[in-house]
Amino acid sequence: MNARTIETRRGCKVRVLEAGSGAPLVFLHGAGGLFPANPFLEKLAERYRVLAPELPGYGESTGEELLEDMLDFALHGWDVVDALGLEKPHLVGHSMGGMIAAEMACLAPHDLGKLVLAAPAGLWIPEHPIADLFSFLPHEFAQRLFHDRARGEDLLTGGLDLRNMDALIEFYIGNARRLGMAGKILFPIPNRRLSKRIYRLRAPTLLVWGVSDALIPPLYAKRWRELVPQAELAEIGAAGHMVPYEQPDAFVAAITRFVG
Amino acid sequence: MKFTWFNLMPWPQLPDDFRQRHRSVWVDIPSSLFDPREAHFVYNRYMDQLEYAEQVGFDGIGVNEHHQNGYGIMPSPNLIAAGLARRTSRAAIAVIGNSIALYNPPIRVAEEFAMLDCISGGRLIAGFPVGTSMDTNYCYGQIPALTRDKYAEAHELIMRAWHEDEIFAFDGKYNQLRYVNCWPKPIQKPNPPIYIPGGGSVETWDFCLDHDYNYSYLSFTGYLRGKLLLDGYWDRVAARGKDESPYRAAFAQTICVGETDEEAEKLYAEHVSYFYNRCLHIYGGFADAPGYRTIKTIKHGAMSAMTEDMQKVFPSLTWKTLNDEGYIIAGSPATVREKMEHLIKGLRVGHVFCLLHVGNMPDDKTRHSTKLFAEKVLPHLRDMWPEWKGDDRWWCKPLENRLHPEENLAAARRDGGLSR
Repeated sequence: MNARTIETRRGCKVRVLEAGSGAPLVFLHGAGGLFPANPFLEKLAERYRVLAPELPGYGESTGEELLEDMLDFALHGWDVVDALGLEKPHLVGHSMGGMIAAEMACLAPHDLGKLVLAAPAGLWIPEHPIADLFSFLPHEFAQRLFHDRARGEDLLTGGLDLRNMDALIEFYIGNARRLGMAGKILFPIPNRRLSKRIYRLRAPTLLVWGVSDALIPPLYAKRWRELVPQAELAEIGAAGHMVPYEQPDAFVAAITRFVG
Repeated sequence: MKFTWFNLMPWPQLPDDFRQRHRSVWVDIPSSLFDPREAHFVYNRYMDQLEYAEQVGFDGIGVNEHHQNGYGIMPSPNLIAAGLARRTSRAAIAVIGNSIALYNPPIRVAEEFAMLDCISGGRLIAGFPVGTSMDTNYCYGQIPALTRDKYAEAHELIMRAWHEDEIFAFDGKYNQLRYVNCWPKPIQKPNPPIYIPGGGSVETWDFCLDHDYNYSYLSFTGYLRGKLLLDGYWDRVAARGKDESPYRAAFAQTICVGETDEEAEKLYAEHVSYFYNRCLHIYGGFADAPGYRTIKTIKHGAMSAMTEDMQKVFPSLTWKTLNDEGYIIAGSPATVREKMEHLIKGLRVGHVFCLLHVGNMPDDKTRHSTKLFAEKVLPHLRDMWPEWKGDDRWWCKPLENRLHPEENLAAARRDGGLSR
């Protein structure tokens, strides 16, 4: 995929991965950010013009100090769409990115095509609290986020050996920067009252959930469907919270079936 | 030199198998381990000890704020300080301090500290910690990456509330107040001495120097490890062109004094072990919420002292290692005096917070150690900074004609106190 850096009107510098042609489809990553390899984006690019911006605080994108709360994050999403010159893009958001995409769709319900939310954050069911991602020890991430823990370990660390002190510090710095940013909308409870605004969501919506999601359990899909009656649900087997990375073929198939 | 007797107020009845059965002494410690009926005796005993410290000659008595914490049962240090203000009249009352980002609105701190300064006759030392990640983020839910910004705003509001004579409107990001009108105000003008407890954030050094506040390094790993960090602080002081008064800095040290080195080990080893094994058993996932420390500080190498690695170290520490590596200063008065001289000169500090109650140490041993320090160690350390004699910029300035309410409570001042 090609990468370029754009600047939003707010002043954030945003690195965007880009590939393919066709209808524009914007992918918003989760709290862990994009991995070095993103096969699901390449597959989506066979059919769509895929644009995957990195949130400030992630990778090479900067300007994180300009974004402080949910409204900032959602408007930033639209600022990126504007800076890219896109008209009514489809929005695909994973986890935290799903929360942002849903907020964007509530703010400007007529400005997007279809909406795909993969294991989105943003709702909270008191009887089924979401695990506290901010208190995970480094080795816990793979266990909580992936159906296949060993593969998850490799994907998360990008081959770094966390027993090595320098590697650990590097992981620690990246993690502090990424999750520090994510914490502005996810800490301590990943609920910024989206449920009050969700009546505004008009776009055709698909929910995608990994059946072994141990971070945001699949029963959250039920709550989403109560609040977004038009939403369809695609459940994907042998996948945890990181469903786009664990089952890229099934993930992309569900999207193309829905988006067209 | 100024010596402040400090009590963290640990819960003294953590079970022997606490470490094995529970993941953390802080944040999610089971509340079933707290016994309110026992706490009646514990709180009163600890407050008696603080009052005793004044009686035997300590310059200050100190308290601090922690939440959901088995080694610090003092979520409101101001309540304790208020009690102390009525039963003492000479010692500085060092509240180190109030986590100002946690008070909503933080004008509450300006008011309560002003009350304490008035009740105590101008004896307050006011601490403004950013607060640990455990307290601030995990217990009190503040967003890690915004904690420092919120702290800075709270600081600005409190100082303006103390300094300004006219009512003003404060349009902050986290606090909007139409009528800021601090009633009461502190006796000490323009404000009580301000201490900033830090754990190694480089930004905190500059903040202290920007405002000429005392930098207080509070750790449990002792003076030998503390040197590296304080050297960094003093380099920063020099680089900023500030004078090098040792009173710019304070250090907290665990100290155990016996008649002899052997007696110190015999009397105190089990209580020190209780502290390092049970009280510092903190889940690594709570040590440092992502975003709480700035990237600059992490790159500077200041990882939290509560990392998983330290969690492996603490339980393996023997009395000998704790002494050799300076975690604690323990022994006869002569031994303690020598090591204290090393601490004071090595770290260049004019204030020491003396942690003389350790872990589950009973009252008689606490008083024994405290008395020996006051009588046989402290007098020899008084004048270690003759060239800075009279530099009282970081000490309280009490009213000359203040009241001595404790004199009506003679019974409480006897050795042993009123409570068991």
